[in-house]
Amino acid sequence: MKTEEPGRIQPLRRRMVEMLLGGGLFASIVSAIYPVLRYLVPPPVADLGGDEIVAAKVGDLKPNSSKIVRFGTRPALLLMTSEGEYRALSAVCTHLSCTVQYRNDLHQVWCACHNGMYDLNGRNISGPPPRPLEVYQVHVRGDEIVISRKREA
Amino acid sequence: MSALTRARTWLDERFHWADLVGPLKKKTVPVHRLSYWYFLGGITLFLFIIQVCTGILLLLYYRPGANEAFESVQYIMTRVQFGWLVRSIHSWAANLMILTAFAHMFSVVFLRAYRKPRELTWLSGMVLLFLALGFGFSGYLLPWNTLAFFATKVGTEITGQVPVVGRHLMIFLRGGEDVTGATLTRFFGFHVAVLPGLTTLFVLIHLALVQYFGMSVPPGVEARWKTSPQEARQMKFFPNFFLRELMAWYIALGVLGALAAILPWELGTKADPFAPAPAGIRPEWYFMFMFQTLKKIPAKLWFVDGEVVGILVFGAAGLVWMLLPFFDKAGGGRGRKFIMGAGVFALAYIIAMTFYGYAAK
Repeated sequence: MKTEEPGRIQPLRRRMVEMLLGGGLFASIVSAIYPVLRYLVPPPVADLGGDEIVAAKVGDLKPNSSKIVRFGTRPALLLMTSEGEYRALSAVCTHLSCTVQYRNDLHQVWCACHNGMYDLNGRNISGPPPRPLEVYQVHVRGDEIVISRKREA
Repeated sequence: MSALTRARTWLDERFHWADLVGPLKKKTVPVHRLSYWYFLGGITLFLFIIQVCTGILLLLYYRPGANEAFESVQYIMTRVQFGWLVRSIHSWAANLMILTAFAHMFSVVFLRAYRKPRELTWLSGMVLLFLALGFGFSGYLLPWNTLAFFATKVGTEITGQVPVVGRHLMIFLRGGEDVTGATLTRFFGFHVAVLPGLTTLFVLIHLALVQYFGMSVPPGVEARWKTSPQEARQMKFFPNFFLRELMAWYIALGVLGALAAILPWELGTKADPFAPAPAGIRPEWYFMFMFQTLKKIPAKLWFVDGEVVGILVFGAAGLVWMLLPFFDKAGGGRGRKFIMGAGVFALAYIIAMTFYGYAAK
């Protein structure tokens, strides 16, 4: 029987064993980490709100007043101007996502967190907000006030 | 200089690396034909680590409370990606951990590893076993399903039978007169805060004692080694035994993963406190032998309740079992025979009663 030369053959065999061991170990670790990473991602929350909700009944709001309503998963601001006109805006401040409110003394929309100010068309007019608030459409259907997301034309 | 060597030098300059790893390097493991039993404690520890990891993952989505618990576990199992696997592993590892802990305990009895100077190691191990049973009992209720609800009702009711303190203990466990959402909140607190803290402490004590005394050599092997010292063989703990232990852990992980994937743990139906108990209510298998015994004791023994007698007998037996090492020196051979007899009897009784409990409806 021929004996192998230890110095030449063995390194190759050793490398082979190391590759098999290392590969197996790597595969084991990946197969443990992959499910955990997937598990950590929260499942998407179903947005059951749709694109349209009944925000209030006619007569609920007086001129120069407002109300916060749930629109999908986020709050929306429905307000009636002093002239008796309805406006609907996203109530999520574009700065750091606080919920804004209507200031009937200033006739403006105000975010209490960092003193951001928007006009009644949602435009950011002072303070830190970087973008205007999203504007929703308001329809009066019978005695229901319906707000809906503006469709891109 | 590689990053690894640099890090080692950095540590060495501050902590004197040699002192830190010295005890580990010195530690050896005896090599004989019964060496395989040394793996069981390590496997139990590995399963406990798995429990901590999967438990933390489950906490991300689990919500305690009678109105939410069942739904949140359902959510984990149906909506969260790999949630079924994580929960299944948690349940399977819990059961395997109890099994390996029991096997570890009986191996210590039969190999007489409990004897002087390792009495405290045995005691700390017994405390760990009781903590593990507490984990099992409290965790069983958390999914708030029918089976667990009634098993908890029965289990806490049995606690209530203990003379003098039983009723207070039951009310403490239940958080009131009955098993309600308040019980669930309590069990959740025990399961994720109280028990993990205590268990970590006792695991550290247990490991420190094992490290301090070294591995026990079974008396038969020890005697042979004394007469012919050239036969005595030791293996370095690091890396020789350590790598073998890792292999055992890897096999345990394989068994665990296969069981969890092929036989996913069931959830059952949501508990309804006002529905009648369905047939086939039973505790987890490791409580079965006690449950079955209590079922078989007559309602009245002489003038006391049968259940009270059963609890007192189990309490006394548990106490004797905990103090087992201390009987070894008393009376020499007699004490030794008593311990072996108790070990064989306990093992046979537990196995027989468990099978009986599952066979008899």
